[in-house]
Amino acid sequence: MCLGIPGELVAADADHPDLAVVDVGGVRRRINVALLTEEDLQVGDWVLVHVGFALSKISESEAQAVLDYLEGLGPAYDDELDALRGSDIT
Amino acid sequence: MRFVDEYRDGGRARSLAAGIAARCEPGRRYTFMEVCGGHTHTIYKHGLEDHLPPEVTLVHGPGCPVCVIPMGRVDDAIHIASQPDVIMTSFGDMMRVPGGQGSFLDAKAAGADIRMVYSPLDALKIAKANPGRRVVFMAIGFETTAPSTAMTVLRAAAEGVRNFSVFCNHVLVIPAIKAILDSPDQRLDGFIGPGHVSAVIGCEPYAFIARDYGKPLVVAGFEPLDVLQSVHMLLGQLAEGRAEVANQYARVVPWGGNRTAMTAIGTVMRMRPHFEWRGLGFISHSALGLADAYAEFDAERIFDLPGVRVADPKACQCGEVLKGVLKPWECKVFGTACTPETPIGTCMVSSEGACAAYYNFGRFSRERVKEATRS
Ligand code: SF4
Repeated sequence: MCLGIPGELVAADADHPDLAVVDVGGVRRRINVALLTEEDLQVGDWVLVHVGFALSKISESEAQAVLDYLEGLGPAYDDELDALRGSDIT
Repeated sequence: MRFVDEYRDGGRARSLAAGIAARCEPGRRYTFMEVCGGHTHTIYKHGLEDHLPPEVTLVHGPGCPVCVIPMGRVDDAIHIASQPDVIMTSFGDMMRVPGGQGSFLDAKAAGADIRMVYSPLDALKIAKANPGRRVVFMAIGFETTAPSTAMTVLRAAAEGVRNFSVFCNHVLVIPAIKAILDSPDQRLDGFIGPGHVSAVIGCEPYAFIARDYGKPLVVAGFEPLDVLQSVHMLLGQLAEGRAEVANQYARVVPWGGNRTAMTAIGTVMRMRPHFEWRGLGFISHSALGLADAYAEFDAERIFDLPGVRVADPKACQCGEVLKGVLKPWECKVFGTACTPETPIGTCMVSSEGACAAYYNFGRFSRERVKEATRS
């Protein structure tokens, strides 16, 4: 739950400006981006996702570093990804 | 991986370790607390203590939100979950946290409808899909997750979802640090500050630690080199007689935090006069409840709660572990009666708890050998 997972913004949601689709380790899910309205997010940007909300905008190199760190965590990361797979934010 | 080498590089680790050793004054000992469970995880996973000179000791802090939920609150949540029309939702980490009468998993086995969710927004969706049921979200976490709960309540209010409520257990990191600074059995020289909490609150709120207590704090990232660099920065301040707040994790943490997130918390939540932390007891102004304006989404006001305080099991020494007074393996039941499969204390439940981190990475056996050979 405390893990921040990096996701790449792959699509905006025209009907819901608060939502966007991210790709997290191959999993595509809608998340809420309303906490980053000041960042003017674009497709291709990387964000750190906590419990369905993008909390900070990060660089691609930071995202890769965090992903590598998470993969090294083993079960804790797998559980988080599983939880994310089960998520269906609309 | 090209990017990662930047944070992992063995050569840099060695030169940082040498720099750390060079900054230690002969004969002086340094104790730094890493507040966040994520750092504890990194330290044990990568054996970072082996890179540190004997003068430097790292102790764990209370920064695992699952670890500090008191038994009585788990019982209250299970009481809510046991109402026939209720669907209780929470994060997976919450499922095995022991209360006075078992955990969520036990309650689920006994027939309660308890569901794991990834996000509070998933809980809200369950509420919309089940208009005949009352859906409660058991909210836990520090300032990292509080904005998500707040935003979800705002959304529920905007959409008029009346069968959704929050059982709010959000806790705050600053009062916990202050309680540890004021506790007589702890002598600390500085803090490794939490990374993702700081992405929300920024670095300003730590200023009192430097100003009033004369201790430095460095907000740190979660890579091994981040932690080593933070120790190096802390020692640098101490060597020069400075005590300041510094930000080693500027690539994620803006100095001013996330204003939108803070506004959402400020709108939906209010400070509780006091709140019980497992192992640490009651701490004033250390937790958030829902504001009066959002009372209709507040499970505490909707349901009649037992609210009984339950003392921690006698064998459990989580309090000492959370204050950094005891190393996990020094607890009498560590690894025997208390394991991740059958946790007695909460520090063994979440992978970010100090006991679970020790247990999973087998550090305790090495520590024991070290202690044994020392005495
Ligand atoms: S071993 Fe178990 S009971 Fe002892 S401090 Fe750790 S979590 Fe608590």
